Amino acid sequence: MWNIFDLLQYQFMQNAFIAGSIVAIIAAAIGYFVILRGLTFAGHSLGYIGFAGAAGAVLLGIDPVFGLLAFTIGAAIGIGIAGKEVRERDIAIGIITMLGLGLGVLFLALYTGYAEQAYSILFGTIVGISRTDVLVTALASIVVGGILLFIFRPLLFSSLDEEMAEARGVPVRLLSILFLVLVAMVVSISVQIIGVLLIFTLLIGPAATASRLTHRPARAIWLAVILGLFYTWLGIFIAANNNWPVSFCIATLSFGVYLPVRLLSPYWSKRRRVVTNAGSLLKADQQMPVEEAEKV
Amino acid sequence: MVQEPAIELEDVSISLGGRPILRDMHVTIEKGEFVVVLGPNGAGKSTLLKMLLGLLRPNTGTIHVLGRTPRRGNPSIGYAPQHRVLESDVALRARDLVGFGLDGNRWGTGWPGRKRDALIDQALDEVQATSFADAPIGQLSGGEQQRLLIAQALLTNPQLLLLDEPLSNLDIARQQDIVELVNQVCRSRNVAVLLVAHDINPLMPVVDRVLYLANGHSAIGTPAEVITSATLTKLYGTPVEVVRAMDRIFVVGAEV
Repeated sequence: MWNIFDLLQYQFMQNAFIAGSIVAIIAAAIGYFVILRGLTFAGHSLGYIGFAGAAGAVLLGIDPVFGLLAFTIGAAIGIGIAGKEVRERDIAIGIITMLGLGLGVLFLALYTGYAEQAYSILFGTIVGISRTDVLVTALASIVVGGILLFIFRPLLFSSLDEEMAEARGVPVRLLSILFLVLVAMVVSISVQIIGVLLIFTLLIGPAATASRLTHRPARAIWLAVILGLFYTWLGIFIAANNNWPVSFCIATLSFGVYLPVRLLSPYWSKRRRVVTNAGSLLKADQQMPVEEAEKV
Repeated sequence: MVQEPAIELEDVSISLGGRPILRDMHVTIEKGEFVVVLGPNGAGKSTLLKMLLGLLRPNTGTIHVLGRTPRRGNPSIGYAPQHRVLESDVALRARDLVGFGLDGNRWGTGWPGRKRDALIDQALDEVQATSFADAPIGQLSGGEQQRLLIAQALLTNPQLLLLDEPLSNLDIARQQDIVELVNQVCRSRNVAVLLVAHDINPLMPVVDRVLYLANGHSAIGTPAEVITSATLTKLYGTPVEVVRAMDRIFVVGAEV
């Protein structure tokens, strides 16, 4: 059996660990907001759109990460401008994703080394990561992390209620587009690690689990980051020892932790729920409108 | 010193998407006054609040809020938007929501501090929400969430409180709790309150004046002056009958 120190003697393993760790941190942090803002579908779709960008870059003979960034950021701006309402936005996302996947198939068909490249874009190639990739990943993460810290409070505020935030002078429209661009950047660097199809394992998995375990925003983000790092490290380690795909191991860990938390969390959050003096445990939508006829 | 009014609208008209919403509106609301805004859906109640908040501009006329033209991010206005049911798995606590009222608009992450906590605790206490301060907001009842929205609106020490339908979706007992709370805030802080509602009855004991919007027109005065068959018939442009029975007021013949 390989131990961590054996693995880290190899340059490609060092690259895998560094890039994997950076992505795990930034994807988990931004994932908290993706869930809060109801943008999981957008996150997933940006991966697909990135597929076209990566395939295009391969065709042109440049590093796929640049194609990923160009396509996902372009799509993020498009989605942000097109849709204000959730329904409207999801339709815009669907339409843009359709075009993206279509282009991706075309680019792959035009490229001769078809199957191998497609496989690595779809499922990630963490052990094929170069020093340049590590550098791009680190730079993109620093930019995303810095902006995220700067917009933290207004972003959280507008995620809860856009109208209230706007009344207080928060530029909600600008924030919503900027946030999608940040998600696009994180998706682009995550694709190399985990692949287009498994983008949720690092973007949504850790944050979804953390949001179930704590209701404090800062604590949820820290917990998501810790979970993300844990899945990535253990995933690489298990994969290296069994010759399994890394993506499979990380995805299984992410799912394996989420499932029991999801099933058990209603029990402990119910226990914490304080019964107020009014004594009503009903939600607003469950309360019967009393004396419906009595309106001014 | 003559006190400037809390709100002053002169000749205000606004159209949205080509549809006229309000026409030549004239209203003056004094500081510390409790005003209920009534009217059918689409009459411009929320539009009025948005103009006061600086989110919408009137096509003609002038608006002064506390002596100044409306602008976004005015800390002298506390605003609680129309309530929507929050998803139960939103990872935010009651005190996080209230904290947005204090510094949700500022850049950066902010640092937790004793002074910040004290201000938030004080606001939670004022709306009697201390017992569920650390509960996740998605698991609170409609009335509890409404209290938090009001606490959030009070954190900047506003002189004007705009509440958009705080009583909708609440049962009668919970409606009375909120009315009592808003009245207490209005009187003890001398804050002008503009409260949008569909039913005047739970508000009758506390309201100073009623602003009634319908059909692009508006009427303001005490409930006894405004909610009459004659005034509402003129406002709606169709026959409307106001019926008083068992200490309650009913409007018959028009959508409220």
